[in-house]
Amino acid sequence: MGGFFDRMFGSKRSAESAKERLQLVLVHDRTDLTPAQLEALKDDLLKAISRHIEIDPAAVQIGLERDGREQRLVADIPLRSVARRRAG
Amino acid sequence: MTAKVVTITSGKGGVGKTTAVANLAVALAADGKKVVCIDGDIGLRNLDIVLGLENRIVYDVVDVIEGRCRLRQAMIRDKHFQDLFLIPAAQTRDKNAVSPSDMVRVCDELRPDHDFILIDSPAGIERGFRNSIAAADKVLVVTNPEVSAVRDADRVVGILEAEEKYSPALVLNRLNPAMVKSHDMLSAADVLDLLAIQLIGIVPEDEGVIVGSNRGTPVALDGKSRAGQAFRNISKRLQGQEVPFLDLDKQEGLWGRIQRLAGGRK
Repeated sequence: MGGFFDRMFGSKRSAESAKERLQLVLVHDRTDLTPAQLEALKDDLLKAISRHIEIDPAAVQIGLERDGREQRLVADIPLRSVARRRAG
Repeated sequence: MTAKVVTITSGKGGVGKTTAVANLAVALAADGKKVVCIDGDIGLRNLDIVLGLENRIVYDVVDVIEGRCRLRQAMIRDKHFQDLFLIPAAQTRDKNAVSPSDMVRVCDELRPDHDFILIDSPAGIERGFRNSIAAADKVLVVTNPEVSAVRDADRVVGILEAEEKYSPALVLNRLNPAMVKSHDMLSAADVLDLLAIQLIGIVPEDEGVIVGSNRGTPVALDGKSRAGQAFRNISKRLQGQEVPFLDLDKQEGLWGRIQRLAGGRK
């Protein structure tokens, strides 16, 4: 049911939704970390880093990633260049 | 001879554990192996009826553990195979009547005279599951390509890996190739990517499985059944043979092809 309309309005097929939703939920199940706890962890990390170097909080990406059956916390934190800092 | 103890579990109920045990048991027995199945679902006896042996039960596994009978007396011989036996679950007791060490003791007594001991675990991750995996050399985790079943399978795999002495392998049951093709069912590749464990079998959805249960004659005995073929392949892999996975698309019947060409979906 709905295959034609799904295609017409460009919405996702159900298998794709299933996989994406499972990917998220399994990471949280495996780490026993709720999305709210992860947000709190991110905030603490940002605060700690900001005490030492200047960063743009909006550009920071911190999340859980899967590698086989292992999970890792991956942080991508762009650092502002000294020149830009002076200019700003 | 020392038997390999294989426990079949799943986390979620209703994904086909008991059917898998019954089919693997007859497939192994058909290859001439000496097999005992133990129904580990105390209080919810089921493997007897799927194997068609429900009218022959006198003693059960709790009778053995509590010393009311000898092990041999609780072993029911299969209708088709001389060397296939069932030890049924107790129906009027609960899972606390059995401990993990009881299961280890029963399996140790069976090991010298058999090739395979298959244990049908109850759903869940509690006492009955713990009892069922206590003696396992190999654990098969059965799942369906559905979000709830995959999530529960992941929990079970996590528990097994945390204990480090089990090597879980996946049985993906009730895969519907037509739905996978139309992207309305998780594919085998999707499920494997999510669970990241070894795959031991993919069983296509097949009405013959229910017909087999109705008759007490597992579908693995039907040479023409695709699900039966899938179970026979898993039994070969348990015996250490390398068997290629079924190409489910290629085996799609004429009717499936007509439906696909007509653009219709079930």
